[in-house]
Amino acid sequence: MRHLLSTRDLSRDSAVELLDVAEDMADVQLREVKRLPTLRGKTVVNLFFEDSTRTRISFEAAAKRLSADVITFSAKGSSVSKGESLKDTAQTLAAIGADAVVIRHHASGAPQVLAQSGWIDAGIINAGDGTHEHPTQALLDAFTIRRRLHGAASRGRALDGVRVTIVGDVLHSRVARSNVWLLDTLGAEVSLVAPPTLLPVDTDGWPASVGYDLDDAVDAAPDAIMMLRIQQERMDGGFFPNSREYSRAWGLDPERFARLRPDTIVMHPGPMNRGLEISAAAADSMQSSVLEQVANGVSVRMAALYLLLSGERPSSSEREVA
Amino acid sequence: MARIVLTDADMQRALTRISHEILESNRGASDLLILGIPTRGTVLARRIAAIIQRIEPDAPAALAGSLDVTMYRDDLGRTRTRTPSPTDIPTSIDGRTVVLVDDVLFSGRTIRAAFDALSDLGRARAVRLAVLVDRGHRDFPIRADFVGKNLPSATSERINVHLREVDDDDFVSIEGGEA
Repeated sequence: MRHLLSTRDLSRDSAVELLDVAEDMADVQLREVKRLPTLRGKTVVNLFFEDSTRTRISFEAAAKRLSADVITFSAKGSSVSKGESLKDTAQTLAAIGADAVVIRHHASGAPQVLAQSGWIDAGIINAGDGTHEHPTQALLDAFTIRRRLHGAASRGRALDGVRVTIVGDVLHSRVARSNVWLLDTLGAEVSLVAPPTLLPVDTDGWPASVGYDLDDAVDAAPDAIMMLRIQQERMDGGFFPNSREYSRAWGLDPERFARLRPDTIVMHPGPMNRGLEISAAAADSMQSSVLEQVANGVSVRMAALYLLLSGERPSSSEREVA
Repeated sequence: MARIVLTDADMQRALTRISHEILESNRGASDLLILGIPTRGTVLARRIAAIIQRIEPDAPAALAGSLDVTMYRDDLGRTRTRTPSPTDIPTSIDGRTVVLVDDVLFSGRTIRAAFDALSDLGRARAVRLAVLVDRGHRDFPIRADFVGKNLPSATSERINVHLREVDDDDFVSIEGGEA
């Protein structure tokens, strides 16, 4: 794997392989010595143009547990225009000798630009770009679902026939986009439930069904229900009257939660707005996988870093020919 | 143009002898742990453990396991990406005699990686090495304690180990090399 930019271009085999490697990484987390020497001497740069706690910490933990050197670069407050600053930053990182760059950027497509620009040779991992994609989040969600369903027998399996409902702000959600593509690739059936104002104008090309009524979706007894965060920072367009109304129509309140099947997995990418899109009763229940998702995130990111940084890498001259 | 060097019966006899040798040098099966290196080492470790359990009725039930060394290799940046296999250690390795099992001993780099992997899991009392075929050409001062067959070979030759559990049949063959 050269870069991890999107779940859309992951094949089924490479997605399952990544999840299987993540299983091995998860086993390492149970040992007394949690560190592997695999990426000794490699440098991983966390390049975060946007705030993040769990993704940044998760990548940092993943890289450190593989013995890589980690440099965290927080570009907050930079006033240089976007294109220029990205180029300058990339060339700086190349000069430092970064082997992998984990980038989060407010502009959709920034990781793609970095990967194709030729400014830097490093492997690029998209850690969330604008409203486009967040592939490692989708991979850890798929990993979490697979583990809940198959436990120790997860290796080698996809998610064929598993019914996953994604609820909430699909319009702004890179998590939803990455999940739709990945879950479909793995054979799951995805349905989206959201207020019409929080759905993209055209979802015809998406391998997912679309609905507006959470009560219907709950009564359809999905295998997993994923509540998306209402992103207060992107809520300036009057997408719904107020948070109480949103919560009443599209929140997983105690009453809806009680109607779910007792083995339906309740997921949330975090950070949660308790009482808005998800109630405490649902978030703290046995069915909730919120903390598992965080723990699994480290294993999945270790797998991604391993697959990106191991194996023969073409030198820049060879790549120009290819 | 592959030449068979071990038939299924030869292999069976070699594994039985290795099992006896392990028991003899360990003076029984107590505190013994047989760890195979995936993929075929794991299969061989299971077979050796089964033979030992047949010979020594009071051998521990959790005798065989699997030790993946992929993440400890020193050539990760030099070859294609390797997919790791699961590691499965049935009991703690602390204070036990660990017998590492692999199909072919060649450069010794896999075994070197296995030492690193083992030391991250605990402190074994002793580590021994059993291999089905020793073909020479070591890069490290590593030697097997139990050998199925010594097979002097040229580096250009290929050793193929087939095992029923993986390949549907049992044999070891050698092929290639200069004509």
